[in-house]
This record gives sequence, structure tokens and C-alpha cells, in this order.
Amino acid sequence: MAEKLLEVNGLKVRFTTEDGVVRAVDGVDFELERGKVLGIVGESGSGKSVTAMTLLGLTRDKNTRFEGEVLYRDQDLLKLPESRLREVRGNEIAMIFQDPMTSLNPVYTVGDQIVEAITTHEQASKSEAKRRAVELLRQVGIPNPQVRVDDYPHQFSGGMRQRAMIAMALSCNPDVLIADEPTTALDVTIQAQILELLDRLRADFDSAVILITHDLGVVAEVADDILVMYAGRIVERGGKRQLFYDPQHPYTWGLLGSIPRLDRPKPEKLHSIEGTPPSLINLPEGCKFRPRCPHAFEKCSEEPELKNRVEAPGHLDRCWLSLEDKRHLRESTIAGEARVA
Amino acid sequence: MTEPQTQNGALVQIESLKKYFPIRKGVLSREVARVHAVDDVTLSVAEGETMGLVGESGCGKSTLGRCVVRLLEPTAGDVVFDGKSIGHLRARTLRPLRREMQMIFQDPYASLNPRKRVGTIISDPMRIHGIGDRKERKQRVEELLQVVGLSPEHYNRFPHEFSGGQRQRIGVARALALRPKLIVADEPVSALDVSIQAQMVNLLEDLQDEFRLTYVFIAHDLGVVRHVSDRIAVMYLGKLVELSPAEELYTRPIMPYTEALLSAVPVPDPDLAEKRERIVLEGDVPSPINPPSGCRFHPRCRYATEICSEVEPPLVDYGNGHLAACHHPLNVDKETLARVQASPAHTPEAADATALPEEPGKEVSKPVPRRD
Repeated sequence: MAEKLLEVNGLKVRFTTEDGVVRAVDGVDFELERGKVLGIVGESGSGKSVTAMTLLGLTRDKNTRFEGEVLYRDQDLLKLPESRLREVRGNEIAMIFQDPMTSLNPVYTVGDQIVEAITTHEQASKSEAKRRAVELLRQVGIPNPQVRVDDYPHQFSGGMRQRAMIAMALSCNPDVLIADEPTTALDVTIQAQILELLDRLRADFDSAVILITHDLGVVAEVADDILVMYAGRIVERGGKRQLFYDPQHPYTWGLLGSIPRLDRPKPEKLHSIEGTPPSLINLPEGCKFRPRCPHAFEKCSEEPELKNRVEAPGHLDRCWLSLEDKRHLRESTIAGEARVA
Repeated sequence: MTEPQTQNGALVQIESLKKYFPIRKGVLSREVARVHAVDDVTLSVAEGETMGLVGESGCGKSTLGRCVVRLLEPTAGDVVFDGKSIGHLRARTLRPLRREMQMIFQDPYASLNPRKRVGTIISDPMRIHGIGDRKERKQRVEELLQVVGLSPEHYNRFPHEFSGGQRQRIGVARALALRPKLIVADEPVSALDVSIQAQMVNLLEDLQDEFRLTYVFIAHDLGVVRHVSDRIAVMYLGKLVELSPAEELYTRPIMPYTEALLSAVPVPDPDLAEKRERIVLEGDVPSPINPPSGCRFHPRCRYATEICSEVEPPLVDYGNGHLAACHHPLNVDKETLARVQASPAHTPEAADATALPEEPGKEVSKPVPRRD
């Protein structure tokens, strides 16, 4: 069995604001194994980024309350003191952010920033660190790395900056790489390059990747397992094929249905999920998706727990509908036929 | 919706349009170089049609869109709107025409004035153009709010009270206020979440049917573009490289760039994603300051040969209103290829099937002297 790197149990994150308590993450559990890519999918405000940032202690603040645990190598990252967490952060668990334009420091060269990451965590001389920075830039596909290492971020294009970010994240051979919307700001052609790179690096470095995205196409290409998040909780979780070919939650159907797809005939109308996501301060009673769900019935006023309801093990969802109803109802939602795995 | 092939009903005609931005340096602000944002594009949009405009960032699609509604003045070439040449009109003469063409912007957070109420935002265009009195305008705004799926009670609210999707609806209501003929939508859904994106796309389609609108739909998302467009124009580094009826572009791309662009779109189907061959383009889009010689795509093209770096391929008609500019066209049978190559009309202007036959009744206003 693959080595379990990270285990998240009952994670809750709450922010106290002037308007009230924001329940950004409200009970999230998952495990991450070495060499796997876990996709976290959801809309803005679903809690996917907060979940990822919390793993690295980036949401720590006096107005934040945490519950649950994040186990990494038998230690709970939530309770780790900041000084210890700094040893983990960037070294064993690294992160790539969405916007390559703002996540690099404009007044230092790209090389300096990678060197800093290396020398912070390892006993390496500056020249040794620089040599490694050049090597890393080569690995992520920057042409002419010996020269480009001395460039400033503004001399790099968007795609190259994201590559530099990835090089920095990989500089200490992390066990876990968290990529928060790594391709959202990029053109499709550059996105394809970056996704291919992530996939290759996962194999070369044998790390585990958490890939956060709103694009189901992206997770279909690179993820092994998928979490679908809505209003701070997981509404469905399963293997990639289970989720795409046998989706159980109406929200997942809605997401699948609302993408205009190139691989299928054009539908007359796109399926859309009516309404907007709920406020995280005033969450609806019962199932959080109920106000927008076209299939809601009386039982939905009570919140279903996340559990296995289908034959396939490891495929969990939060929906009261019977298997029979689901199979029947989702046909109309997801354009084209939903293949049953 | 009008048939895409309709040739006589052109609402917008873009004629050899060029837009260069000067780069100035030094104390005297001397022009040292130029960004070739749009470089000789000829294109027409029929009334009631949706013309999709796609390409990577920096390809000139937004600049072209802005030239069409004359937010920018073209460096050379012209835009003929509804029979009138507007490419070089002065602001004052242009103003009455502005009613007929409106724009929807990408960022719903930046495109609404945060200090104005929704009612003012939507009624301002009518006030500026002197339409109706206060009461009539208010009534019209309330109607519009309903049309775009908001509630008339939202009249007195501020933009910050709305979500991204709702704000974009306000932007649409504002664009509709003057009952325009043409709407240029520049990435209208790319800032929105997928579920909201679908709502917006459906709304835009309904409005088109209801108000007989013509759209120029600029987007980088090929899925969305396919869904809304009748025809699609693909741009690369300021050039129009392929123009095709929407469905045909996806089943039969001719230009290798289009092929690569399509294959880069991730498919939300794991089995298919594994099976299909993916063309990953090397490198980035070259600089539009010094575009490559010959075919601008040749440094990244996997079919490129010597001729591609030397001769710029003309835009050629491959039948059925499908045009492409390529020395090594894909998905074209031998007969068509032979016919096309034999044709004397091997120049961009002559080959452009979208150039419309002149209507005797309509007189095109006098050509305006070009500035260069």
C-alpha cells in the first residue's frame, strides 16, 4: 500500500468578522498518499483554498478558530508552534499560488528567490544553492536557465513565472505539493504545458499533490481522487472515474452539466445551477445545497452525513436521494448520457 | 438568428484594420517601436449573428473589439457600422452612433462605479443620450432589471451589495439600456464561477433572441465560444488566422494553431483525456513588437517548413465560409486544395469571402484619409 502522507480529520475553520462568524470550512476529512494527485473542486467560497492554506498554517490569526486535526508524520500541524511549522512549510509541504504575477517579489531576481528557499531550509552554500536553482529551472522547462536565473520576474512571461514558482516549490523536494489554481491565470496552451509539467514532476519527485481548481477538465486530466466541496464541506468524494461516470450528488451533476463541452454535441441550452452559493455566515438549515437543488424533498431539511451509499468503496456523498432516483434524475442534468461505471 | 452565411446583412464590416501602439522613449518621447496589436484584419459580422473571437492573451482580440465600438481609433483601415464608416469619426459625430453599440466588460468588480446606485448606473446612458424623463427612465430601468433576472427593488442598491454574477447582470442591463444593435462582450463570463457562467451564457442567448442583438463575443474559453457563436474567428499575434462556421472549426480545424488550441482544452472525461493525443505547444506567444517573419505561428508550429518562415500565408477560402491562413492546411481534401491553389484569388483581400457585395441602395460614406 502507498504511504499515507497526510491525514485531515474533522477540520473546521471559522473566522470571526464584524458581520458574524464565517464558517469557511465546516468538517473536512481526507487522506493523501504518496505519488497521488488529489483534486479539490468547488466554486469560490466553497472553502477549498482555506482548507489548503490551513494545512500550512497560513490562516492562523487571532480571529480564526480551528477544530479537528491535520496529521503529518504523526504530528498535528494545527497545534504545531509557528517556529516548528516554518520547518515544514516550504520544505516538506510546499505551495504554488494562483497568480504568478503577484506571488514573486519584483525586486529580487528569480534566482535569488529560489536560493532563499533552499538556504532557509538546508545547509547549503550560496553558490551550491544557485547551482541547484539553475538545475531546477531547467527541470521545469525554462530555456537557457544559466542566464534566466538572473532575470527579474517582470522579464518572465506568465507561464514562465508559474514555472519559476513551481521550481521554488520543488527546491526542497517536498513530500506534499499544494497547487492552488495553478493554471487559472494562464492561457489554455500554457495551461497544458504546466499540467504536463506537474504530472511529470509528480512521477520524478514522487511527491503527493493537492490540486485545487474550479475546472473539472483539469482534474479529469491529472487527478486520481477528487473532493467536491460546497459551502465549506465535502459533498462528494471518490476516485476520478467514480466521480465522472457515477456522480452521486446533485451539485456534482450541476457542475458537470454547466461546462460547455468540446467532446459532445452542443446542447440547446447549458444546464445551470440556479441561484448563488449561500452566505457562509447564515448557512441554510439541513443540506446546504437544498435551496439550489432542483431535487430537494422533505428529508433534506436534515443534513445528510458524508458516507458511502454506493457499492463502490471509497465513494462517499451527502445526499438523501435513493440510488434509483439519482440514476434517473442525473440523466437530465448532465448533458449527454452519464455512463455508469 | 440569421443564417451565418448571409452575406448582405452585414452590420459590422472590419476592413484591413490595423492598430499599432507606439512605444516611446527618451525626453522627446520619440517612437522607438510599435506593438502590432491588430495587423490587417478583414472581417464582417452579419446582423443577428454571434461572432466569436478567440486566441491567447496578447493576440489582439480585445483591441479589435475595442476598435469595433471605437473605444480605440484604428491606425489604418476602417470599420463600417450599419453602412457608415466610423473608423476615423470624431468623438462628436460618433456620439449618436454610440447608442447602437455597447460593450460588456470582463471584470464585474471594476466595471461598475462603486459610488453610484444600480439605478443610476443603468439609467445614466439614457440620461446622457437624452432619452425620456426621470420617471420614464426609472420605469425602464426596472424593466431592464427584470429582463436580466434581477429584481426591480435592487434599484437603490450599490454594486458592492451584489455577487459577481449579479454584477455582471447589471453590466448587461446597462448595455441594453439604449436598445443597441451591437454588443461587444469582452470575456463576459471568464470572471464567473462555472455554475454562474452557465446562467450568464443562457441569459445572453435569450436576450439575443428577444432583442435581435448582434454579438461580438470575445473569450479565451473555447467551450463557451462554441456554445454561443455562429461563426468563430481565431486570432494569433494580431492576425486573423482562421474563420469558420462554429461547429466546423471544432470538427475540422485547418490551421495548426487552431488544432493545438483545441487540443489544449482539458476534457472533463477521464477516459477520453487519457486516450486522446495532446498537442502541447512549445514556448510562449512571441512579442507583438517584433513578430516573426512569414507565418507568425511558424516558430511554434510542428508542421512548419522553410516557406513558413519566409512567406506570409494569405487567408484562403476553403469553401463553406471556412477561411484559413496556412501553408500546410490540415483536414483539407486534395481537390479543394488544388482548386484553392489554382485560384487567382490568392490574395487576402480577394480571398476573403466575407467581403460583402456592395449594396446599391446604401452608400458608404466617404473614405477617410488614412493617417500614415
